[in-house]
Amino acid sequence: MRHLLSTADLSHAQALSILDTAEEMAAVSTREVKKLPTLRGRTVVNLFFEDSTRTRISFEAAAKRLSADVMNFSAKGSSVSKGESLKDTVQTLEAIGADAIVMRHWASGAAAQLAASNWTDCAVINAGDGTHEHPTQALLDALTLRRGWAAARSEDPRGMDLTGMRVLIVGDILHSRVARSNIWLLRTLGADVGLVAPATLLPVGVEKWPVSVYYSLDEALGSGPDSGPDAIMMLRVQAERMGGAYFPTAAEYTRRWGLTDERLRRLESHRGAAGQKPMILHPGPMNRGVEISAAAADSPMNQVLDQVSHGVSVRMAVLHLLLSSSERNPV
Amino acid sequence: MTRSPETSHVMSASDMDRALTRIAHEIVESHRGVEGLVLLGIPRRGTVLARRLGERLARIDPSFDAELSTGSLDITLYRDDLRSHGARTPEPTKIPATGIDGATVVLVDDVLYSGRTVRAALDALQALGRPAVVRLAVLVDRGHRELPIRSDHVGKNLPTSREERVSVQLQEVDGVARDEEAVVIQRGLSSASPAGER
Amino acid sequence: MTAPPTSATPTSSYLIQGAQPYGEEPQDLLILDARIAAVGDQASAEAQRLATEEGLEVTRIDAAGLIILPGMVDLHTHLREPGREDAETVETGSRAAAKGGFTAVHAMANSSPVADTAGVVEQVHRLGRASGWTEVYPVGAVTVGLAGEKLAELGAMAESSAKVRMFSDDGMCVHNPVLMRRALEYVKTVDGFIAQHAQEPLLTEGAQMNEGDVSAVLGLSGWPAVAEESIIARDVLLAQHVGSRLHICHVSTAGSVEIIRWAKQRGIDVTAEVTPHHLLLTDELVRGYDPVYKVNPPLRTSADVEALRAGLADGTIDVIGTDHAPHPTQAKECEWSSAAMGMTGLETALSVVMETMISTGLMSWRRFAEVTSITPARIYRHAEQGRPLQPGEPANLILVDPRATQTVDPQAHASKGRNSPFSGMTLPGSVRATFLHGHPVVLEGELNTPLTDRQVPA
Repeated sequence: MRHLLSTADLSHAQALSILDTAEEMAAVSTREVKKLPTLRGRTVVNLFFEDSTRTRISFEAAAKRLSADVMNFSAKGSSVSKGESLKDTVQTLEAIGADAIVMRHWASGAAAQLAASNWTDCAVINAGDGTHEHPTQALLDALTLRRGWAAARSEDPRGMDLTGMRVLIVGDILHSRVARSNIWLLRTLGADVGLVAPATLLPVGVEKWPVSVYYSLDEALGSGPDSGPDAIMMLRVQAERMGGAYFPTAAEYTRRWGLTDERLRRLESHRGAAGQKPMILHPGPMNRGVEISAAAADSPMNQVLDQVSHGVSVRMAVLHLLLSSSERNPV
Repeated sequence: MTRSPETSHVMSASDMDRALTRIAHEIVESHRGVEGLVLLGIPRRGTVLARRLGERLARIDPSFDAELSTGSLDITLYRDDLRSHGARTPEPTKIPATGIDGATVVLVDDVLYSGRTVRAALDALQALGRPAVVRLAVLVDRGHRELPIRSDHVGKNLPTSREERVSVQLQEVDGVARDEEAVVIQRGLSSASPAGER
Repeated sequence: MTAPPTSATPTSSYLIQGAQPYGEEPQDLLILDARIAAVGDQASAEAQRLATEEGLEVTRIDAAGLIILPGMVDLHTHLREPGREDAETVETGSRAAAKGGFTAVHAMANSSPVADTAGVVEQVHRLGRASGWTEVYPVGAVTVGLAGEKLAELGAMAESSAKVRMFSDDGMCVHNPVLMRRALEYVKTVDGFIAQHAQEPLLTEGAQMNEGDVSAVLGLSGWPAVAEESIIARDVLLAQHVGSRLHICHVSTAGSVEIIRWAKQRGIDVTAEVTPHHLLLTDELVRGYDPVYKVNPPLRTSADVEALRAGLADGTIDVIGTDHAPHPTQAKECEWSSAAMGMTGLETALSVVMETMISTGLMSWRRFAEVTSITPARIYRHAEQGRPLQPGEPANLILVDPRATQTVDPQAHASKGRNSPFSGMTLPGSVRATFLHGHPVVLEGELNTPLTDRQVPA
């Protein structure tokens, strides 16, 4: 595996390998010496064309725990002229001697274009490209789900996939790179996936995806205490979308698709096959009061903080698997 | 088990059992007891051997709690030869809940060859704590050291050439029947050391 | 558009031997100055006579195995001059046209400044005449600045030396229904026609690629087929209502083909054009995010490709228009959403049409001549293009080797544009010679000399 661009590229074996490696990386973070020498002497560049302090810091922590050197390059699209920026920027980094580029970009497909170009020999890790994919987010979500699934059965998560787990993804699927990456990965790992959104926020062609589609969150949550999901992933609703007539008002959106206090209560009474309560996930940052109520945001079912720590472990695993065995082409 | 003209068995299952029993006695003797002893096997075959050693120690001296004081130490992330062997998923590292500070840690592995695995294990140990003493027990020492590393306890010394490949076949890892376990030498292969050997 | 004056003393003559007109039975053809002088057995006899009686040197061209066709006429080309000479000039675009076998191209009005006045269209026309590689006919804008608000001075452009008859805001859609109605009415007064770029702007804001299964996965904003079809449906009804001629540029969807078929059945005077790339390529190619595949209207699905081929074969679609759209390298070497839309097409058109329509048995060479030359000339009402290969007709014709294959190499193209989506593909057919008013601008598959010493109108 040379690059990580999309979860659709990961086989079942590759996905498990990343998750199992992430478990070991998580163990490292609990030790006194939280460092591994694995990537000593390698240079990882965080190339961020969009603001994201959280993701950048997560990748930075991951690289440093593997003893890699880290460089941060922030190039917001508006100040650098579009078009010249990507190619010239990347070639400059290449000349400095980067081994891996972690890129977040506002344009869908930017990571794939970079990987396919001859501008660099680096490993490319997609940290989010437009509305296309965010593979490490999906991987940390999968790690979170797997730990919960395993804990409910008092089993070791290593080697497990998500067969039989029912996961709902709720919100702006059309514009969500988190949703896309999650859907492909969850399916590869054997989970059942349901999407919940108004029709305006579902892509044309979604009926061909390997998912169930609901316009009604209440319907998706099911009627009985054992008919609901094992996990529900709430996507952020962006204020910009309200201008495009995707839904009439934020209030109507919250009433119909928000994780309100009332729906939270329904979730609290759900029990999965192993008697466990459902997990609530959110890629962050949360819009309290819009897609998720304050009570749901603070609920013990909410895995948001664990998702953050899992993010570092997963990113360590990805960096290790992509870089440890790569050879830089000799100049 | 088929024997090709290029393969020869150097230890049978009962040879291996006897060697492990002797090693267990050696460990108790040189440590003067079992207190503070921790066995850490290097995955994957080392952990099997460590467990068997632990059972024997417990029989020799019941105050040795095999469950508590036997564990595993994965060294994948500390290897210096990752680039030629490829990135692998690490196996679990499990150390006693009481930690290893001040303990006598006996590293256990199946074959000692270049010594790089043991060097990586020493690095990995450093991150876990500060043992008082670190010792090494191996089933087979096949020579050709590339680092100044020696074993404290050896099942069998086996002079080999670089063209030969030594494998230890265990039920839990290789799927052979318990009484068909063996240490095997294969000849006529390239001198590049495969990932399983050190 | 007049051919060079026939001097009392003929000055050049070519005997093309053994070529197959429209791919049919081989026969000779004699060119004398700007006209076809003789065909068949009479051709060599006349050549002999010219040589002996008038002392004229007749150049013989061995065209065995080659097909002879009327010179191709492209109703839809972008020459970029004035304003974007970094992408293409009338000179380089004309060279590309000649190499591609086009003896006439119509230059769309979305230059900078926009061709919405007599001054700009006359400039483009003059540049074309001066280049001498192909005939350049400027297309006039429908609205001032292509802004879709006010009609441009269609009359002034029609009366200029460029004699514009075709008007289009291509690049932009004339989306206001009242303005489109007025344009369709007004253009009748200059005996011209409107060519519509069908794209409802509100349905395609920020659109990057066809809206469908591929865009759903790629996270690129979609350009739905209905945005093209709804405009075509509206405009054919408007054209019927006001009794005007309508031409639809670059039809790209199966639904559009059906609407045009329906309109023609009702007797509506509508003609339609398809690009070579829409006959071959689909939106699956966008999966790699290579901006060379970014174009407007976008690449669609294989079902659309099938419907377009069938429509071209059965006459629902009348002509091939290349929509040749060269761009400078940096406009295509960036993020998909920042990249310019457009593909080059003049030098690959014949091969792509051959690959998609002739090699598949959907079309004969006769029909090829109709869709690439005869019909576009008829739509524009050209006097000197798309004519039969008969004595007395203008010698605007091409020689094609149907057995040749070539691998497309944009670096070797005469166009400045390197943005060809066919790069690296091996395609059939090659243009061996292009005769513009009897002068070979392309010989042996390479540029020869331009047609000079022509009178440029004042």
